[in-house]
Amino acid sequence: MPTYPKDLKYSKEHEWVKVEGKLAIIGVTDYAQDQLGDIVMVEIPGEGTAVTKDDAFGVLESVKSVSDVFAPVSGKVIEANDPLVDSPGIVNEDCYGEGWLVKVEMSRLSELETLMNAEQYEKFLSDQA
Amino acid sequence: MLKRTPLFEIHKKLGARMVEFGGWEMPVQYTGVIEEHRAVRNSAGLFDISHMGEIFVTGEHARDFVNLITTNDISKILDGQCQYAACCYEKGGVVDDVISYRFNPKKYLIIVNASNVDKDFEWFQKNKTAGVTLENKSSDYSLLALQGPKAQKILQPLVDYPLDKLVYYHFCETKMGGKPIILSRTGYTGEDGFEICGAWDDAPVFWELLMKEGASNGLQPIGLGARDTLRLEAAYSLYGHEIGETINPLEARLGWVVKLGSTTLDKSDFIGKKALQEIKASGIKRNLVGIEMVENGIPRQGYEVFSGERKIGVITSGTFSPTLNKAIGLALVESGFGAVGSELLVQVRRQKLRGQIVNLPFYKRK
Repeated sequence: MPTYPKDLKYSKEHEWVKVEGKLAIIGVTDYAQDQLGDIVMVEIPGEGTAVTKDDAFGVLESVKSVSDVFAPVSGKVIEANDPLVDSPGIVNEDCYGEGWLVKVEMSRLSELETLMNAEQYEKFLSDQA
Repeated sequence: MLKRTPLFEIHKKLGARMVEFGGWEMPVQYTGVIEEHRAVRNSAGLFDISHMGEIFVTGEHARDFVNLITTNDISKILDGQCQYAACCYEKGGVVDDVISYRFNPKKYLIIVNASNVDKDFEWFQKNKTAGVTLENKSSDYSLLALQGPKAQKILQPLVDYPLDKLVYYHFCETKMGGKPIILSRTGYTGEDGFEICGAWDDAPVFWELLMKEGASNGLQPIGLGARDTLRLEAAYSLYGHEIGETINPLEARLGWVVKLGSTTLDKSDFIGKKALQEIKASGIKRNLVGIEMVENGIPRQGYEVFSGERKIGVITSGTFSPTLNKAIGLALVESGFGAVGSELLVQVRRQKLRGQIVNLPFYKRK
């Protein structure tokens, strides 16, 4: 069964955000990694890259498909999870832990209010099904 | 409404993820593409390919008709043999790639791609000659593929026919679970294996027997996802990718199944022969090549291929190869740029990434 930790916020594009002050740690949800299947390529922006909420900032590729990853918040990348480039399967194995994608210094904290909590996200998923 | 094979309920029960393919609702994966891919390379896999088409050609002039619509020479095979070929349009483009089974000189079975069944049958009918009967039996027959190094070991207890005697690209008529089957040593994975054609409604019987027999031999059900990565490593063409109406078989490395009549013993005319002779005489403009990526990126169908600044072609299929652990692709490139070892660039989104032309197939079993 897919899990959705309570301490995270979620976007409709299936990214999660962990908020630590002005810092947002961003990854993709259990639902997203499961839908993608075996992830074999991760493309994420380097340190210093500006990202804008709802714009594609990275790409995950499975054996069969190519999927954009959308920024759930705006800001500047202060760290990218570079080990994923060589070991993209980590996203499947541990999407909320070692499989995080980037850490972003948020420029508009108010954007967090547009994100869902775990309960809302699970309802969003079941409404879509 | 998408069409469903007789194994639809079994796929659902196995937890398969279903997708649309050629008008059919088919399993794309059960446990995961990479795991399924490795099961076929290391032990065995079972595929439901009942969506594929079965067209029977019978009658006094059946053999001449098969020779007319396929590029290969059907008179070269005997009863109980299969033959791979392309079917071409007058201009040389490909209608489909097919396997013809010869039961006797007056009866052939042609296995065609799922997405092309109706088009192929219309094409055959349009070109039908006297003394030939055509029957599209696609909804009467199911088709399973059992592929992998343990395929024979799994299958042998279930059939009377001695499988050691069934050599590559041959078939026999036998029974499984008391039900009649057409059993061929053919496949689309680069491994040893069999394809089992039987009555539509008997497919669940064959599936359950094989899964039970294969349980101790690592047999797994395999979806279309791994079917694609397996065929790509083996560099087999997929219609709509490496071959199609705008790609002729000479470009697509299928010259070996195109009998253009260089000797007097070769077959007589077939549809597309004249155009293909002219294409060959004037020089083939582009060739299908294998690419292994040097830089980190996966080539995908439609991505552009460059030599320096010059665009030289396009990717026809690409994926991450689970066996090689590398990104690989097939590309149609201008003649003169296809030498093995040469470097080229693949446009992956905003970047041009380095790749190298390699020998095909990417994978060959030992």
